[in-house]
Amino acid sequence: MKLTHSLLGATALCAMTATAAHAVDLEVTHWWTSGGEANAVSKLADAWNATGNKWIDGAIAGGGDTARPIMISRILGGDPMDAFQFNHGRQAEELIQAGLLLDLTDVAEANHWKDIVQPSSLLDACTYEGKIYCAPINIHSWQWMWLNNKVYEDLGLPVPTNWNEFVDTADEVAAAGKIPLAMGGQPWQQAGAFNVLATAIAGQDAYLAVNRDKDESVAGGPEFAKVFEAAAQARELSQGSNVQDWNQATNMVITGDAAAQIMGDWAQGEFALAGKTAGTDYTCLPGLGLNAILDAGGDAFYFPAQDDPETTAAQKELAALLLQPETQVAFNAAKGSLPIRGDVDMGTVNDCTKKGLELLASGNVMPAGTTLLSPDTNQQVNDLLTEFWASDMAPADAQARYAEIIASAD
Amino acid sequence: MAEPATLGTVAAVDAIKERTGGVGYLEGPRGGRPRRVLTAHNVVLYGTLLVIAAYFLLPLWVMLVTSFKTMDEIRQGNIFAPPTEFTIFPWIKAWAQACTGINCDGLSRGFWNSVYILVPSVVVSIAVASVSGYTLANWRFKGSEAIFTILILGAFIPYQVMIYPIAILLGKVGLFGSLWGLVVVHTIFGMPLNVLLFRNYFSSVPEELFKAARVDGAGFWGIFFRIMLPMSLPIFVVSMIIQITGIWNDFLFGVIYTSNERYPMTVQLNNIVNSVQGTKEYNVNMAATLLTGLVPLAVYFASGKLFVRGIAAGAVKG
Amino acid sequence: MAVTHPAEVAAPDAARVRRPSRLLRNIPAKIASIPMVLIALVIFVGCTAWTVFYSFTKSGMLPRLQFVGLDQYDRLWSTPKWWTSIENLAIYGVLSMILTMALGFFLATLLDRKVRGEDVFRTIFLYPFALSFIVTGLAWQWILNPEFGIQAVVRSLGWEGFSFDPLHSRELVIYGILIAGIWQGTGLVMCIMLAGLRGIDEDIWKAARVDGIPTWKTYTHVVIPMMRPVFVTTLVLVASGVIKLYDLVKAQTDGGPGGASEVPAKYVMDSMFGAQNLGQGFAASTMMLLSVVIILIPWAYLEFGGKKRG
Repeated sequence: MKLTHSLLGATALCAMTATAAHAVDLEVTHWWTSGGEANAVSKLADAWNATGNKWIDGAIAGGGDTARPIMISRILGGDPMDAFQFNHGRQAEELIQAGLLLDLTDVAEANHWKDIVQPSSLLDACTYEGKIYCAPINIHSWQWMWLNNKVYEDLGLPVPTNWNEFVDTADEVAAAGKIPLAMGGQPWQQAGAFNVLATAIAGQDAYLAVNRDKDESVAGGPEFAKVFEAAAQARELSQGSNVQDWNQATNMVITGDAAAQIMGDWAQGEFALAGKTAGTDYTCLPGLGLNAILDAGGDAFYFPAQDDPETTAAQKELAALLLQPETQVAFNAAKGSLPIRGDVDMGTVNDCTKKGLELLASGNVMPAGTTLLSPDTNQQVNDLLTEFWASDMAPADAQARYAEIIASAD
Repeated sequence: MAEPATLGTVAAVDAIKERTGGVGYLEGPRGGRPRRVLTAHNVVLYGTLLVIAAYFLLPLWVMLVTSFKTMDEIRQGNIFAPPTEFTIFPWIKAWAQACTGINCDGLSRGFWNSVYILVPSVVVSIAVASVSGYTLANWRFKGSEAIFTILILGAFIPYQVMIYPIAILLGKVGLFGSLWGLVVVHTIFGMPLNVLLFRNYFSSVPEELFKAARVDGAGFWGIFFRIMLPMSLPIFVVSMIIQITGIWNDFLFGVIYTSNERYPMTVQLNNIVNSVQGTKEYNVNMAATLLTGLVPLAVYFASGKLFVRGIAAGAVKG
Repeated sequence: MAVTHPAEVAAPDAARVRRPSRLLRNIPAKIASIPMVLIALVIFVGCTAWTVFYSFTKSGMLPRLQFVGLDQYDRLWSTPKWWTSIENLAIYGVLSMILTMALGFFLATLLDRKVRGEDVFRTIFLYPFALSFIVTGLAWQWILNPEFGIQAVVRSLGWEGFSFDPLHSRELVIYGILIAGIWQGTGLVMCIMLAGLRGIDEDIWKAARVDGIPTWKTYTHVVIPMMRPVFVTTLVLVASGVIKLYDLVKAQTDGGPGGASEVPAKYVMDSMFGAQNLGQGFAASTMMLLSVVIILIPWAYLEFGGKKRG
């Protein structure tokens, strides 16, 4: 069995640390507070408590912007939590440079993370100057559109199979009093949807030229002009969805008040919690049905450096536990995300997760925007796109400002 | 340290009490007086007051009725109508069942934490502010006015700007993450307004009284405890209300300068209100909001008149 | 009682620290003011200086001594969001100062007319002050919600075309926040104004009546000029709240729709914690401080500078 090898590694490490350590309380800070998310966290907590240690849950709602000052000031003040959740990417670079985070390289080597973590870009995002500082826990990808089948069935329409079909039938959906495209009012959702449109319409190369290579001529060029046109269309189709949170928008699709939403695969956790079945109740279109490619972003846990050797040992034990197959399966099934190792069997997965796993296995993966752009640039893009989305800004004007931001990106 | 006050001083204190806090100072309106009961004038007067009172009561009314409705009823419409199907489930859920991450025990978790933070923070911050106000009013030293001006300017600095430097400072002195670190932070940010109030209040004490006490041999602390304190109940009430309200409602400092096991009630409120499970449960949100606001509201209602009297004495004399 | 208790705590606390002083007079007073001096100098001056200092650096997530001159300020003033923030603060600030002062004064004069149930009215006007901005923001978000709130109710009464949805309109959103801000802040202003009115000598009213001066004229020509210090104190209180406006916006609109209700304090927060660009956040807060100092220093000088005790 393919699990055996890694299981052995993990148990060896557990046995090694468990002999020395008594029960240790670890305080874990995260911002997973929606229904599906909290359910997923409880899987991690259960796994950790089962080792005889204790998981102290430090959930802070309101997303990264609320949680981040808490994490950083506690680290600066010298009283850090024992572990915290961050998105993969460039957010933690400076903490590593300042030596405030625990080096996990030995855990990674003992557990052969290099061999098991797939795609390897996830581990690269945790690596700084050859050392590993975080434990990737899941893969999330943004490039999904979720559609309520019943809305289309009631109208006697086939469920769209790509963005263009969706736009073509949107008038009929709107005429039936439904909102074609649900969209939350928060900037990150609007910017996220824009990036999904960018990969689907302009293609991977153009997307990477802008986000990775910071090529402003592409950002201001004809491919992205098409993207901005499409975003303007999406803006029209989302008129009337006056909700803020992403899962409120997802809920509009679940209840049939809206026909579709562009949102990452975490939306599936909400569908699952509402008892909906992929394929029959809802349809998912990776890459908007145009360009089936996923970005491999996701979440990771970082471990602030602590003085107490017992705590340090426990932190390493937790890091190892997070990547173990059982934990991976339980957590990712609840969260609606994909496991970070290709060698686990997710069991009977639904249609959408299956599509995701297949894309992942076939290598249709690109690095996530958050790992490419600095948080500073991300914020500027978010500010621009939320203004675009909520106003009647002309696509060309928005594109000009977008190109400027890309030109000055660091 | 305190010297026994002489008979003369005590008499003077009584005189001041009558002047500043006593009967007739606030209770007796001084405006031009309406002569008859049902005049057009009165109709306009009370009509206006009632309309404005409605604007002020509207949110409280909406929060109350919403918190007793089922979600079905909320969805159907009129937020101003009283519940047809009365339920206290939202209150139970908000208090004992709403989830914060994986802990589903509602606001109850944070209530005692908030009390635990509140008591020492209020006591210490008022102690420091009152003594400082007393010094600024009665024992000026070179540069004391400059210090006062700095404190007033401090009232305009957004808290957020100070988060990191204060975190670093507290870390350096080893107070970060402890209850006393949080007490220090609340004392700091309570200083500008409270020092202003205390300074103005103590300034209103007549010079003669102060001089008489000095002649009697009373020192700094003697005058403070024997003369100033006995006559300053109203201003202490004002200060207490401002501090209790501010500290109880604080989210930012409570969450940053403590750790998990001591998170105040507002953290749970934030988590309940900001984490949406399926649809937003407006009724639970409103119940949670009201539960969190209960302590400052109760304190305020219990001490309404003293509050106004204190405000009068503290804020008016510039 | 609570009155003596806190002071007893403070005494040993303050006395612990000793500092040599050349002036031997009033040593207890000097010792007692040490906490205040420390707070003023170390926290308010020190941390502010720290902030200004780091606004000239390229600090990202952590403070970092890499100087970039005025780059952060260049960037700040070329960011549309900052301009929106200032514009909103100007609208909100001016209107909320005028309206809370006017409404507060108006209510105070009404209550000063020997009103029956004065206590009840006063309590009603003041209770919002006990609630946090987060609560205020949520309550008004709810009332202004187009699907459930005022708009829906008026429509259900028959005015189908009635439209009142300030929180989802880019032009009106700041006024939607203003409604909530005034609701929360007017009570305190009214209380202070009422206290000021009660402090005016009865003889002045008598004299005015004897001379046959109409009531409104007595207010505008006699009472208001006499209450100048009250107005000044109130204005300082209201203004300090306006500058720090953050929680209310965060709870009510989170800056939306599309960034139309951004305010400077939120710009600072977003830069520091969202964009992990401390330098930019510090530059923005330095600009906020600068404007406060420009407005306040002359006032503080006039108010406190030359005055004697009492």
